[in-house]
Amino acid sequence: MPQYIIELLYLLSGILFIMGLRGMSHPATARQGMFYAEFGMLIAIIGTLCQHEIVKWVWIVSGLAIGSILGLVMGLWVPMTAMPQRTAFSHAFGAAAASLVGISEYYRHHHSGIPLPPFIIGALGFEVLLGSLTTTGSLIACGKLQGILPGKPLVFKGQNIFNMTLLACTVGCFVCLFVHPGVTIFFYVMIALALLFGVLLVIPIGSADMPVVMSLLNSYAGLASAATGFALGNNVLIIAGTLDGFSGFILSVLMCKAMNRSMANVLFGAFGSVSEQAEAGPGGEMREIGLEDAATQLAYARQVVFVPGYGMATAQAQHVIRELADTLEERGVTVKYAIHPVAGRMPGHMNVLLAEANVPYSELYELDQINPDFPSTDVAVVVGANDVVNPDARDNASSPIAGMPILEVDRAKLAIVLKRGKGRGFSGLENPLFFKENTAMLYGDAKQTLTNLVQEVHKL
Amino acid sequence: MNILSLIPTFYVFVLAAFLGYQVISRVPPLLHTPLMSATNAISAISLVGSLVAAGANYNTVSTILGFVAVVCATTNVVGGFVITDRMLRMFKNRSEPAKKSKEA
Repeated sequence: MPQYIIELLYLLSGILFIMGLRGMSHPATARQGMFYAEFGMLIAIIGTLCQHEIVKWVWIVSGLAIGSILGLVMGLWVPMTAMPQRTAFSHAFGAAAASLVGISEYYRHHHSGIPLPPFIIGALGFEVLLGSLTTTGSLIACGKLQGILPGKPLVFKGQNIFNMTLLACTVGCFVCLFVHPGVTIFFYVMIALALLFGVLLVIPIGSADMPVVMSLLNSYAGLASAATGFALGNNVLIIAGTLDGFSGFILSVLMCKAMNRSMANVLFGAFGSVSEQAEAGPGGEMREIGLEDAATQLAYARQVVFVPGYGMATAQAQHVIRELADTLEERGVTVKYAIHPVAGRMPGHMNVLLAEANVPYSELYELDQINPDFPSTDVAVVVGANDVVNPDARDNASSPIAGMPILEVDRAKLAIVLKRGKGRGFSGLENPLFFKENTAMLYGDAKQTLTNLVQEVHKL
Repeated sequence: MNILSLIPTFYVFVLAAFLGYQVISRVPPLLHTPLMSATNAISAISLVGSLVAAGANYNTVSTILGFVAVVCATTNVVGGFVITDRMLRMFKNRSEPAKKSKEA
């Protein structure tokens, strides 16, 4: 096949990717958009297989076969609650693919003795550096999300200085490689340092900050692909990689905004390790509420708002919430769901879980939409959320989370908080919401409690 | 390589960046998780580079590295699209839209 046809196929696939992501602007068009993107990927693969360089088919066919099987297994059997881990894991795969292509390319040129032009070396180095650190970083993130590694930040003295020095050394190797492209040692040392840096970058970040980290790693994986495009002179790689890079970047900025923290603070602040500094706290008594009481309040309310958090995901309580909501709606109660942007472990985590439980998306409300509604809400039910409903963020300027936009459940007539125990949330912060007069606590496993609530409401 | 011949490449990058910003900004928070897995699948386009590395007869090391890259990238392409579709299928609107028009 002539080269120009292959190039045109790449152009077509780039257009299809863009149309695919455009479809994502609405749930009704999203699936169709993904068909475009899948078709675009197919065209790009077909175009590549027609390249005249390709002569050995054994490795290609077996690679495609093994990859497809792995992909299908992961795609079909991973439960929705494991979506954050799955996504982190695939960031690692994507970044690894990009950096392996870079290493292979560098090795080939070095092996054949043809010197690479400085620009290509720059692109290759950038690709491999970013790809390597994203690979290990994503694996660590995946381990934390899966619970293999502790979710708490792992910190040691002088960590930031050590990390910065390591990063400087890595970049130093990159610069040396750029100046002396033939000295392979710089290349391989750079890879090793980047792999190590990826680990150290994610280790001090607590699980609650994972939405930001996930988005950043998403962005890095995309940029590594784009750099591959620069190194190979392939435009469709640049387009697709840049789209991914920007998508991740925009998401991470949104997540940071939703926590009112800077990117630097998330990455180097080791948030979530502050449990020691807690002062006396707001104090007072937490009021417990009985099941029947809670059920009565819910059943005779006009409007109920559910506020899910990561606790809902760990308790797998999304289906029971929906059941309770159905029961209430049958009684004429208006039910809404309030979704904070950083609730859960990745952007949009809560939306996916509730969608899995068949909650129509028209009932899911964002921060700005639902907050004016709280004063007219009779009961707000907080299921496993903590920091995103902490009124300290709004009222107490000295709080570590001051300025973070919150869901103002404390303005509802009654807030029922479902909590496993009396302990503090992940960030270790005291939550004054729990001590308010219009707050009632319901202790126990969220799923069990909600099941009991459904039965109680039915009895009424 | 002539530096001038690189300029079109930078055009592609910069324009894709602007386009990406415009397109992604319009994605509602509702779909952020599917968006992430979709872009993840799309960025596995590095498969294109892996295929060449694995299939061209360069040398053994390049072939093996290419092969591993093909496996990784294909896993992401297939897994990413399958799981995105699985998620998107779950997002449903209420079948009778008039039911919840209390705020009016």
